[in-house]
This record gives sequence, structure tokens and C-alpha cells, in this order.
Amino acid sequence: MADETWPLYEVFIRTRSGLSHRHAGSVHAADDQMALDHARDVYTRRNEGVSIWVVRSSEIVASDPAESAAFFDPAADKIYRHPTFYEIPDGVENL
Amino acid sequence: MALRTFSAMDSNDARFNYVLRLGDNALVLGQRLSELVTRAPELEEELATANFALDYIGQARLFYSYAGELEARGRGEDDFAYLRDEREFRNLLLVEQPNGHFGDTIVRQFLFESFYVLQLEALTDCSDARIAEVAARAVKEIRYHLRHVSQWLVRLGDGTAESHARVQQSLDDQWRLTGEMFAGDEVDETFRLNWNGPQLEQLEADWSSRVDAVLAEATLTRPPAQWMAGGGRQGRHSEHLGYLVAEMQFLQRAYPGARW
Repeated sequence: MADETWPLYEVFIRTRSGLSHRHAGSVHAADDQMALDHARDVYTRRNEGVSIWVVRSSEIVASDPAESAAFFDPAADKIYRHPTFYEIPDGVENL
Repeated sequence: MALRTFSAMDSNDARFNYVLRLGDNALVLGQRLSELVTRAPELEEELATANFALDYIGQARLFYSYAGELEARGRGEDDFAYLRDEREFRNLLLVEQPNGHFGDTIVRQFLFESFYVLQLEALTDCSDARIAEVAARAVKEIRYHLRHVSQWLVRLGDGTAESHARVQQSLDDQWRLTGEMFAGDEVDETFRLNWNGPQLEQLEADWSSRVDAVLAEATLTRPPAQWMAGGGRQGRHSEHLGYLVAEMQFLQRAYPGARW
């Protein structure tokens, strides 16, 4: 155990009811329960959260930065996908 | 036991002493845990331990300020914490034990907090509103501590052969200090009679079954019934408390009245 470090967990905190969980940071822990405890102690000391998710960092499937052009650029020139592309007709109060 | 001796104790004096003991348990254990800052095995565990220490010191302040009001002789939190000598502290022997290795700390915390959480739960129903209020706040903190240390006890007990052997030894070493938690005296009895305080026989039965459940999960063996040490709550302490008090009080003793 001496030379090993505990696995890394990513921590997601929901700040208030109604909002979604957001990535807060990461902690080291030997198991899932310990990860939850550590997340509580490290990231909710000042009343930041009402719910915590933890997941092993190694379990996260991430997009490859080398492929970011193929992944994200095509969306950049499709301006009609943004709400600002459309004019809001007069008289519409809530859209 | 002689109930007549119990009733001879002035009830307000009993309540003051009861609150002072609660404060002393919390302060001494908070001071012990704060010694682990920068010395915990992992960064995250250190943060947890420091949180626990602060919880205890916060509880001690609430108990001491109320004790000061009950006593009505002008003493406050700082007087109780910094200006009393070792023999005037009324904490359990268990909470003054040194941190030892990590397993020793976990076992000490587990044995005490399994008791303390029950004591606080019972105190939320006592008829002194102030104590009930502090207990209701503190019990939330201690429930979390207990969850944390119970998980650790299971990890260590049901871990490797070495961790099992070491934590079993910690348990065997500290078991003789658990009897004091349930050895009532006139303070407990007077507080129970006048303010619906905890029934120690009931606490002991509940403590015993809860401890057994966690020990079973941790594959640890409950030590046999044995001679139990006592005296801390009457001011007769182990040799460890003097060092703790000396370090804690150094500043106020060397520079009386120093403030920041």
C-alpha cells in the first residue's frame, strides 16, 4: 500500500434543488464509500451542496482532443441552430 | 446503590457538572484529533479529521458557555478550557488516549462515538431546553463521524491479515476504558431524575448491540468482559492528559490574558 496511491474519483455536486450536478473536482479514495465521504469533507464544507455523485475517473469516457475539429467545428457554421438566429415576433412575451 | 446519597447532591450543581463533563469530553477529543493535522495518512483523511476536531471544539464551546451560566460565577469558555488544571477536567479516560497508530485512533473514535451518539440522542429528549438544543445540533455531526469511523473499522478489520491483527490489538488495548462510559454516579443520577437525562443501563445495552454489529462486519472479536478502568469523570486521569493540557494551555499560561 505504501507506494500505491488510491484511485482517483471525480466529484459532482448539486448545489440546490432544481439545478443539475456540476463537476467540483476530484479526490483519492480506496473505495466508493470513502470517495463519497472525502467528497463531502473536501467539497461541501461551506454548505455548497445537497447531493453528491462520485465516479472513478478511469470509468469516464472522454472525447479525444485530437479529434476536436471533427467533433465540434461542424456545429460552428450552423448559426441557425442558435436561438439568436431567429427574430422574436412582436407580442411574444415568453419564449 | 445508595439513592439517599444521590438525592443529597444539589440538583443545579449536578446539572453544571453534567454539562461540564460533556464539554470536557468534546474539548479533549477535539484537541487530540487536531494533533493529526499534517499527520494523517492521506490528504483527504486529514481534512476529514480536522473537520471532526472542529466539530468537537465547537460543541465544547457551547457546553462550556452554558456551564458558565449555570455556575454563575463569571467563568466562561476560555476559563474552563485554559485555566483549569488536569485534575479539574472531567472527561472520560478513553478520549484522552494518545492517537497511536491510525487503527488506534479509529478504534478510540468508534468506541466513544458509538456511545456519544446515543447519549446525544437521549439528551435531545431531556427537559433542559438548552442542552436538548445543543444535543440536536451535535448529534448530526457525530452521526457522520460514526459513519466514517465505522467504515474504517470494517476496512481495517476485514482488510489484510496485518491490518486485522493490528486493529484487533487496538480494540483489546482500549476495551478496558469503555466501562467508564456507563458507570453512573450521583451527577448522572441527579441529572436523570431532575431533567429526564439518559438512562445509562439503556445506553449500555444499545451501545453493546450496535458495537457488536459493526465488529461482526469487521470480522473482529469482541474482547471478553474484564476489569474496567475509571476515574476520569472524577478528575483522576491517565498520565496522558497532563501533556495534552500543557500543550493546549501553554499560551494562556505563559502570557496570561493574551488575546488576538
